[in-house]
Amino acid sequence: MTIAAKGTGRPGPAGLLRYRLDLKASPYLYIAPFFVLFAVFGLFPLAFTAWVSAHEWSLLSDERVFVGFGNYATLLNDPYFWNALGNTISILLLATVPQLLAALLLAHVLTLRLRAQTFWRMGMLLPNVASVVAVAVIFSQLFGRDFGLINWVLESVGAGRIDWQAGSATSHIAIAVMVAWKWTGYNALIYLAAMQAVPREVYEAAHLDGASRLQQLFHVTVPMIRPTIVFTVIVSTIYGLQIFAEPQLFGGGGQNGVTGGASRQFQTLTLYLYEHGFNRGFEFGYASAVAWTMFAVIVLVALLNYLFVRRIRSAS
Amino acid sequence: MNTSRPIRAAALAAALVTAAGLTACSGGEDDGKITLSVGLFGDFGFGPLYEEYTKLHPDIEFEERISEFADHHTNLTTHLATGSGAADIEAVEVGYISQYTAQPDRFHDLLDLGADELEGQWLDWKWQQALSADGESLIGLGTDVGGMAMCYRRDLFEAAGLPVERDEVSALWAESWADYVAVGEQYTADTGGYFFESSGNMFRAMVEQAEEGVYDREDNLIVESNPAIGEAWDLTVQAIEAGMSNRLTAWTPEWNAGFNEGTFATIICPAWMTSYIETNAPDAAGLWDIATVPGGAGNMGGSHLVLPAQGEHAEEAYAFIEWLTAPEQQLKVFEATGNFPSTPELYEDPALTGLTKPYFNEAPVGEIFTAAAQAVRPQYQGPLQGDVLATIGQGLGRIEDGSQSPEEAWSQVLSDLESF
Repeated sequence: MTIAAKGTGRPGPAGLLRYRLDLKASPYLYIAPFFVLFAVFGLFPLAFTAWVSAHEWSLLSDERVFVGFGNYATLLNDPYFWNALGNTISILLLATVPQLLAALLLAHVLTLRLRAQTFWRMGMLLPNVASVVAVAVIFSQLFGRDFGLINWVLESVGAGRIDWQAGSATSHIAIAVMVAWKWTGYNALIYLAAMQAVPREVYEAAHLDGASRLQQLFHVTVPMIRPTIVFTVIVSTIYGLQIFAEPQLFGGGGQNGVTGGASRQFQTLTLYLYEHGFNRGFEFGYASAVAWTMFAVIVLVALLNYLFVRRIRSAS
Repeated sequence: MNTSRPIRAAALAAALVTAAGLTACSGGEDDGKITLSVGLFGDFGFGPLYEEYTKLHPDIEFEERISEFADHHTNLTTHLATGSGAADIEAVEVGYISQYTAQPDRFHDLLDLGADELEGQWLDWKWQQALSADGESLIGLGTDVGGMAMCYRRDLFEAAGLPVERDEVSALWAESWADYVAVGEQYTADTGGYFFESSGNMFRAMVEQAEEGVYDREDNLIVESNPAIGEAWDLTVQAIEAGMSNRLTAWTPEWNAGFNEGTFATIICPAWMTSYIETNAPDAAGLWDIATVPGGAGNMGGSHLVLPAQGEHAEEAYAFIEWLTAPEQQLKVFEATGNFPSTPELYEDPALTGLTKPYFNEAPVGEIFTAAAQAVRPQYQGPLQGDVLATIGQGLGRIEDGSQSPEEAWSQVLSDLESF
């Protein structure tokens, strides 16, 4: 009865207003929670960090002196910062390039007809499920100098031991392996999803033209899934430039974990930030300047990568 | 009805959140019982003593939080600065104590809580270390002290043709550290093995024995000008160049494994180290023994228990640490773990002096560490003591892994210290 009454009665002016308000405002209200949360936990900290970075601001003292771009100037003149930037980019390249190529190949293999397909596909994701800390701890043991499995294998094939932590290149490789181990399967699954959206006819046509499996991969699949590749490259770049737990735990805790080895041979940008912000002096002002500089570096590198990967189509 | 359902759900959710918040706030006091949290680095062997104390005071319970050595002090500093997150009772190692005595208002003053009557209970320098800079307040009570000795592997000494009995071994380097290095050079040349685990540790031992360490009494860094540091550095470099160091970093898995595998022949042993050796090398019982350290007496490590001012149960926490650091309980900790008491009253007690450790070939640990503790001449510890020594240790590490020459390493140490 009530329903019938509501349905037949013409809405009054108040009802009309409510109806129009609902129509106009509701969509915004539905998406508002995201933007409110983003403003509180994303935008505000970002802006506040910028504000802090313009100050001599330590957790240990209540005095905060405005220094403008002073922290940035100190930062750019610190050789340890450039060292950390170099290390980060080296680890990024060592981790990301082989990782994405391997992911591409793995995804290609997964599109073939396999027994227990779901098993293989889920298996890809397992390393990604393991916590970063667990992965870093286990790989640090594997790369151990005296009792590590990898050195044991190297020695038994007569290649001699390697002090993975001591050298620049060796420590970068060890850390890159940890990153690649965790993310290769994840990227492979993303590629796999994209590959399955490629129409079969294209492959049939390529097949009729006599293209081999590998030729199909590089000349059909890769150009067809280009947007996905751009996405993975950018996401891996962002992750790779922020590597922290792997080198920190690889350093073995204590001072070496903060400086990334005695010679800072594997100190990444995030570790450099940590060294200044959450160590001895708790210099939040300086650490915030590092954070903003990192942000700029990440945007720059991601942009370069985007321009680079965009060339894929024209190349084929 | 339709419109009121989401509202009700929202109200319920809000109520749940509030309830969760309330329970979170009231943690520590359920049905009249008080739970004291205790923040430590490593196992202090307090486990049985918590139980004993709860039996005496049924309304007090304990929650122990153990973290890694370096993280522990960083976290404590953060918690003090932000005013929340610290445990009711926190352990502070001697290398970090001056950093905290410089900000006494962040801790409960133990002199107000009853410690003013207990001054004579501890070694004088142990007491002094926890006094604020102006001497007006006390932030901590001493647990153990780290009088030094030298632990060595009997089997490796025998294989190298060196004496095995502890008196003879002590006599090898009774004169000086230079003798110790000479024995080590011989050992490494004859056997190809490592003589000690880490050069940073040897360097630190020599510095701790000196009259002045890395700071003077006005808290100025004197690393460059203090001749004792220069000598310690040079001798350590000599040892590194002779290939005597196993190049292990303390507290890493490789370091732990080294004790059991016998990859190095000696290690500087403050009293607390004996318990680490026992835990890390269960299979090496009877192979390790204890001799005296070269270069005279010195203290390495040892801790205080402090009560951060943000803790709400100051009186209960104080009553507990007063009980815990009393001679009786310190003796129990020593018997169970090897951490040596800081209360001189015990140094006359046969229960302490007569103690031997079967693991260390029946070495008279009571006697050895009593003598070591009594002979210690206290050294002033500056605010960033621990960090300064770690920075110098890294310099030695760069020589060890061949990435720098001793001169380069030293100048980098000095430039790194400039930012302190």
